[in-house]
Amino acid sequence: MGESKKEPQGTGEASPAARVRLEQAEGGWRLYCSGQWSAERLGGAVATLKKRVEELHDTTVHWDFSGVTQMDSAGMMLFLHYRERLEARHCRVEVSGQSREQRQLFELLRDFLPRQRPSKPRLGSRLLKPATDLGRATVHGWHDLLAFFAFLGENFFTLVRSLFHPLSIRFDAIAKNIQEAGVRALPIITLTSFLIGVVIAYQGAVQLQKFGANIFIVDMIGISVTRELAPLITAIVVAGRTGSSYTAQLGVMKITEEIDAMRVMGFDPQQFLVLPRIIALMIALPLMIFFADIVGIFGGMVVAHLHLNLSWTEFLHRLQNVVDVKHFWIGIVKGPFFAWLIATIGCFRGLQVSRDTESIGRYTTISVVNAIFLVIACDALFSVVFTELGI
Amino acid sequence: MKEVIRVSDVVTRFGSNLVHDRVSLSVEEGEIYGLMGGSGSGKSTLLREIIMLMRPESGSIVVLGKELSNITYADAAWLRQQWGVLFQSGALYSSLTVAQNVGMKLREYTDLPDSVIEEIVHMKIRMVGLPEHAAELYPAELSGGMVKRASLARALAMDPRLLFLDEPTSGLDPIGAEAFDQLILKLRNMLGLTVIMVTHDLDSIWTIVDRFAVLGERKVIAEGRLDEVIETPHPIIRKFFWGARGRLRSAHGQ
Repeated sequence: MGESKKEPQGTGEASPAARVRLEQAEGGWRLYCSGQWSAERLGGAVATLKKRVEELHDTTVHWDFSGVTQMDSAGMMLFLHYRERLEARHCRVEVSGQSREQRQLFELLRDFLPRQRPSKPRLGSRLLKPATDLGRATVHGWHDLLAFFAFLGENFFTLVRSLFHPLSIRFDAIAKNIQEAGVRALPIITLTSFLIGVVIAYQGAVQLQKFGANIFIVDMIGISVTRELAPLITAIVVAGRTGSSYTAQLGVMKITEEIDAMRVMGFDPQQFLVLPRIIALMIALPLMIFFADIVGIFGGMVVAHLHLNLSWTEFLHRLQNVVDVKHFWIGIVKGPFFAWLIATIGCFRGLQVSRDTESIGRYTTISVVNAIFLVIACDALFSVVFTELGI
Repeated sequence: MKEVIRVSDVVTRFGSNLVHDRVSLSVEEGEIYGLMGGSGSGKSTLLREIIMLMRPESGSIVVLGKELSNITYADAAWLRQQWGVLFQSGALYSSLTVAQNVGMKLREYTDLPDSVIEEIVHMKIRMVGLPEHAAELYPAELSGGMVKRASLARALAMDPRLLFLDEPTSGLDPIGAEAFDQLILKLRNMLGLTVIMVTHDLDSIWTIVDRFAVLGERKVIAEGRLDEVIETPHPIIRKFFWGARGRLRSAHGQ
């Protein structure tokens, strides 16, 4: 039975920590061990063994356990480890002073010792690691891309089928998602687009004042906010806020097997979870861009009023004259495209989550990074296309 | 036999819901002690109170001579070194491999060199009956039974004196549950552990538990060896051991 029998009761502090003393003896060396050889008290013994054992080779070592009060499996493994090290250095190890309990412990552990030592990877494969990592990453990226296309195909199929059976579209879920992703986001959209309007107006005002061209602040704000800034800023805020929450929601449902439960009950997750989210965001985002347009221009107006002494009426009058409505429409049209990218990426990454909790965090990060990148890339594409088309 | 855990007059309340009403029991050194009772009888809650995850409203719990209600920081730290806990769902850290899970406490609390820790970890993994290649797997890649075994290896990493098991056989098939019971029995005999297990598996009660307490109606309604408890005329005990499942067991004997 147990090695714990010898331990003094109480806090266990009563017996001294494990110690090893190495001394010259007839015909070799003597390793005298004392104290409590249990896991948390082995520090001193480890330090001595590490330092001194390396000095020994081609000799006889008497390993004396007579001073050891208690030993647990960590202590026994430490002994076995260093005995092997000594034997590898052509030492003969003789053991003495073991108590009955220690011998029993040894018998017990012997059956469970690892058959082969855990080996380090060989030098060759370690040198090749950057190359193998690159290869792995490439293959992984390729599979990722294929999985994304499969997801898109499934999504498109569900969409087309829903169009033929309009009653199967989950209007409740769509409304709820518009509320969650759109209405609840208005405060942060207000704040960011107002500040963007202020920043643009300030930067412009300083330059325009030099030329006495104060009135052109209206053109600048009107066009830049409606055409570029409001859509982009709104999309980035939504990617951070809604894209990440889509990934986390679906990811958790994946871990708790809710998605599997839906599948076996015949509820297609694409139809019940993914499509409503995508449609909801494609409806909500253009509306939010419209809202951001108003707030952003208002922000510019405030600065123009305070800084350039442009009256409210003057600003609005010029706004109507110089800013073509096409700029506004270009901004709004980008909305559904950005929304589609954000929602699709968010749901795709959410469904990629595997069984461990850590992957939720990983995929949420990936989802936001992907969505923001794709939104900006898509915006750049729009810029080029519209400019080439002369719009 | 020496007493290692003494629970006396513990009262626990969740809001207005009284869970324990003056619960008392004691566990002796070296025995396998079962905490039994129906769902919602507060077995797991009592276990959580003993391992300092929860505080009872009143009453005292003494573990290895330490009174938990006014325990010092140092004593609490010492006590946590003396036990290993197997949670119901395993609770392995999902971002770490099995070997890292098992070696966690050794790495944090001892000065052993990494190579020795690795050997200890592999030894423990083999001791609980896992194949050696399981060491490099992540918890998500393990089956239910392997998770329990890996979690047991983690609980045993520091050679604890007390081993707490929360429903160790739940979610295992009868063969797996039987094997797990035998494993616990073997480890107790080998390592001289004191095992406290929460269970409602009648087979475990019949085969490996030395003494146990039955919780019901917010109290301990019986405590003792199987032959003592089974004679208690309390209706809950009658239902437990003389219901269809229990009768089958009783008819065939141990």
